[in-house]
Amino acid sequence: MWVIGPLGFTLPWLLLGLAALPILWLLLRAVPPAPIRRRFPGVALLLGLKDDESETDKTPWWLLLLRMLAVAAAIIAFAGPVLNPQVRAPGAGPLLILMDGSWADARDWPRRVERAQALVEDAGRAGRTVAVVRLTDRPEAVTFQAAEAVTGRLAVLQPQPWLPADLAGWAGQMTGARFDSFWLSDGLDHPGRDTLLAALEVQGAVTVFESPRAILGLAPPVFAEGVVKLRALRAAGAGPAEIEVSARGQDPGGVDRELARVTLAFAPGAVEATADLSVPPELRNRLARFEVAGQRSAGAVSLADDSLKRRKVALLAGTEAREGLQLLSPTHYLRQALEPVADLIDGTMADVLLASPDVIVLADVARLSPTEAEGLLDWVGKGGLLLRFAGPRLAASDVSRMAEDPLMPVRLREGGRTVGGAMSWGEPKTLAPFPEGSPFHGLAVPADVSVTAQVLAQPDPELAGRTIAALADGTPLVTRKTVGQGQVVLVHVTANAEWSSLPLSGLFVQMLERLAVSTRPVAPTAADLAGQTWVPEVVLDAFGVARDAGEVAGVEGAALAEGLGTGPRADLPPGLYAGADRRVALNVIGPDTALSAVIWPARIVVEGLSVTREQALKGAFLGGALLLLLLDILASLWLTGRLRRTGGAVALLALVLLAPPPARAQDRDAFAEEATTGVVLAHVLTGDPSLDALAEAGLRGLGQQLAARTSVEPDAPMGVDLETDELAFFPFLYWPISATQPLPSDAAYASLNRYLRTGGMILFDTRDADLGGFGGTTPEGRRLQEIAAQLDVPPLEPIPPDHVLTRTFYLIQDFPGRYSGRGIWVEAAPPDAEQAEGMPFRNLNDGVTPVVIGGNDWASAWATDDQGAYLYPVGRGFTGERQREIAYRFGINLIMHVLTGNYKSDQVHVPALLERLGQ
Amino acid sequence: MTADLSLRARAETLGQSLPPLLAEAEHLAATVILGDHGRRRAGMGDEFWQYRPAHAGDSARMIDWRRSARSDTHFVREREWQAAQTVTLWVDDARSMGFSGDPKARAPKADRARLLALALAVLLLRGGERVGLAGAAHPPRSGRAQIDRLALALSGEGAEDYGVPDPTGVVAHGRAVFLSDFMGDLASVEAAMAVASDRGVRGALVQVLDPAEEEFPFDGRTIFESMGGSLRHETLKAGELRGRYLARLADRKARLAELCRAAGWHFHTHHTGGSAQAALLWLYRALEHGR
Repeated sequence: MWVIGPLGFTLPWLLLGLAALPILWLLLRAVPPAPIRRRFPGVALLLGLKDDESETDKTPWWLLLLRMLAVAAAIIAFAGPVLNPQVRAPGAGPLLILMDGSWADARDWPRRVERAQALVEDAGRAGRTVAVVRLTDRPEAVTFQAAEAVTGRLAVLQPQPWLPADLAGWAGQMTGARFDSFWLSDGLDHPGRDTLLAALEVQGAVTVFESPRAILGLAPPVFAEGVVKLRALRAAGAGPAEIEVSARGQDPGGVDRELARVTLAFAPGAVEATADLSVPPELRNRLARFEVAGQRSAGAVSLADDSLKRRKVALLAGTEAREGLQLLSPTHYLRQALEPVADLIDGTMADVLLASPDVIVLADVARLSPTEAEGLLDWVGKGGLLLRFAGPRLAASDVSRMAEDPLMPVRLREGGRTVGGAMSWGEPKTLAPFPEGSPFHGLAVPADVSVTAQVLAQPDPELAGRTIAALADGTPLVTRKTVGQGQVVLVHVTANAEWSSLPLSGLFVQMLERLAVSTRPVAPTAADLAGQTWVPEVVLDAFGVARDAGEVAGVEGAALAEGLGTGPRADLPPGLYAGADRRVALNVIGPDTALSAVIWPARIVVEGLSVTREQALKGAFLGGALLLLLLDILASLWLTGRLRRTGGAVALLALVLLAPPPARAQDRDAFAEEATTGVVLAHVLTGDPSLDALAEAGLRGLGQQLAARTSVEPDAPMGVDLETDELAFFPFLYWPISATQPLPSDAAYASLNRYLRTGGMILFDTRDADLGGFGGTTPEGRRLQEIAAQLDVPPLEPIPPDHVLTRTFYLIQDFPGRYSGRGIWVEAAPPDAEQAEGMPFRNLNDGVTPVVIGGNDWASAWATDDQGAYLYPVGRGFTGERQREIAYRFGINLIMHVLTGNYKSDQVHVPALLERLGQ
Repeated sequence: MTADLSLRARAETLGQSLPPLLAEAEHLAATVILGDHGRRRAGMGDEFWQYRPAHAGDSARMIDWRRSARSDTHFVREREWQAAQTVTLWVDDARSMGFSGDPKARAPKADRARLLALALAVLLLRGGERVGLAGAAHPPRSGRAQIDRLALALSGEGAEDYGVPDPTGVVAHGRAVFLSDFMGDLASVEAAMAVASDRGVRGALVQVLDPAEEEFPFDGRTIFESMGGSLRHETLKAGELRGRYLARLADRKARLAELCRAAGWHFHTHHTGGSAQAALLWLYRALEHGR
């Protein structure tokens, strides 16, 4: 290869061809453009005219230059120009290629593999043996193989979603004969790197490849202060940068989609960027995954676990719908406090338990039926939080009086006490500061909260341990005990302001928050996780793609807890782990992971992945030569005067090539305009031209009859391509079925289902006279079944005699088309529809049937040409004409049904209809 | 035998082309409303002109008894004098007339010239005039049958490059219409008009030109040849010649117009890109004024 500056040539001797250019110049210059011969009578007037200039019989210099350039470009192209040619010093001995293989590699993994592949191939050409190791694997002995053997393995090598753990272990394997090393680093500093580097340097030369692109990581989102706090990390603090984090989850339809997006800005030099994502609780419950947009790496993905979820709280009060003031309602304050932060469930105890709430609040409920108590206990044992409030009923009952009720944390003394009331001594009691170990610890106690009445706990050895809040005089205010995995909490005052001013204070809300939230601590501790087996539900690969965990084995709680601190390992892949009642996300980047960029010693050669890429310029030069030749054609045409005629075509071609195709949108607009200027009956284009023409003619004929007989005056019918056209414009679609019709695509089905759900109607016509019975053995019938399999079609029934279709405009009982087959099928009436006494029709006032299915070939009976003449014969003689008339009447009834819905089914019209019917 | 065959073949092709030409000419003629045919004076004719009181000398046969019965005097019914005029047409059939600047969009000039001539003939014959072609072969006649004869005669094509007007067969004190592109030698036109004018003939010159001949839309190195190939001119920059060509064309038109003015004829330039109807109307008016 011959190199000039940044250019190299693989076949430099071809450049000698450039010397021939001056000769070409002379040759071309001598040949003028060929003349055109024209027959022209006006030549008689031209005789004797002389040309002003006489030198244009030579090719103009700029055209020559153009041609020279084209030839020169072609010569240079075939000489094989290469930009940034790499002249590699051939090494000797074995070659070791180390790849970090961590998630940080994933973003440009194909390029890394490509680079490694190039190295392997070079080594193969030089006859060197090669070994490729992935440092995220367990250390093993390095075996050097022939390059061909390595190539296949390299192609299937994938990065791992964790970091290299044991570089020191790898350093121990670097023994034996001398070899050179290439280290494709992921750019992160891993412990033990220096050890490994030293070991490699002992063996031979070390070259490092590193991508200059920044490594981005996303810390697990934290829910605090009503917002989701997002934190993004980067390895090196470079200039300012903005990244977008998208929050994904399932929408109500169960489809995974982006629910929110927030922009995080890195300040210059900063390695962290934060942003708050404020989403409604409904949405927040659905968030399952956060990812840095555009980053393909497990580090840029953070799975959300239960810590972002909104609690389900059930409220049950002792008194049902008492006619009292609302502010006296035992649950009013609870409802006010919990409504913004929790999903509230109402209902009976049985209903509530089925909804498996996180918290059940019993406000002054004393007695529970044995089944309720059993269910509640079972639920608490599985991790539920039962929050009870005292009240007059509890105080008056003998619950937990003699023996401790399993659903009460303490035994109660009879009657309770009243302090500071009109009829008692003493002052209302205030709250003592919350002791350490109490879930309320740290909350400020407002001075104005006072308690005037409460139920009292029996003194008990365990009472002190179970008290989590007390009054200033030491009597327990809130007690708690654990039952199984759950707990029961009793507040010794009422949930309303009757006994204390606690519910009026902000402290009440804070306490509820602490209690409700404390059932799901934000960060699971080792103790939380220990003792359970955690089964991965979803695992992330290094590219951040979530996969079904499948056969991945469960892990011990202790191991998971450790993993949460140190990050995922080979036996603990990142993902979502499910325990008994909660799910824990193990993310690549933990709450306190920091990304630190690697700093290589100055003696190590560090190459970027992209800087030294070779770029072959042959194609560009050849393309340039071709372009110049095209220009030459145009210029020659112009010179010889031929461009005038072809000018239009050339301009058109240029327009076609240059202009973006906006025609599609215009088409769509035109289509929408055409379809919405009036009532347009539409038929589905089946791909069979004759069938489509028949359908159009049929709808045209029906439209003419509608215009003649009713106030509906449809425009010309339109054919609708299910794949491309919007269906929402049409009230009615006629769909003739042919046996060879292609099935619609998924998008078309989605559009059809949307059409059916939003009130459209499709008339399916198998045109087989229903010979095989509905859904029988005719090819069209089978095709219809295949087509309708994916449609959102409700249950059907043969049309009942009192269906509204029989009387929307005409009173008819038959629905013939060209054939007078059996009846048609429509949406089934609700099973509870009953015929009222003395009424001829059942009371069916809701809904328009979205589909009508039959096989009577209505389009043929309706079809007319432009002059209004019938296209197809129907039946024989007068009977046939009568049949055609009934067919038209059916069509008119159908369109009326589509346009007016069940207006005629309204019983208001019954007397008039009865009169017409002669009953 | 071969001569018969070729004649037969030509006749067949002619037969194929005739009806459309004739139909087109009839169609074109139908757009001109007939009127003003009479001489606006009493004389021989079919149309009623006036009743006048009978003079001495009027034979009893001439008295219109129906009119006379309504009054005390006798009236004679006079008819408008309708004398047939003789119009001689000359249509240039030279090769130069076969030119069309854009064969896909426009018919050759000859087609338009024939169409105009035949339409005029239809019109005139319908008005009772006598129409013939220059030369001895087709003397002026009246009647519908003449249309077919004219149509047949007009479909021939000459061999020379540029046409020379033929004043033979022009009836004295009649009318003459010359349709040509007048690209050839103007002296022959002058001579023909001189002959015609000597016989007291007046008429019209219609110059039929293709738009390409008016615009000269050529560029680059070009060799121009006449339709027959007898004339040839080579240029390296056709675009440079445009101005001078147009000047010469204008000059030629001016000379033709001057000739006509001197002889009391009418001159009109018609383009095949334009509507034939306008030219027909002009022609019709030109012949009308001459009366």
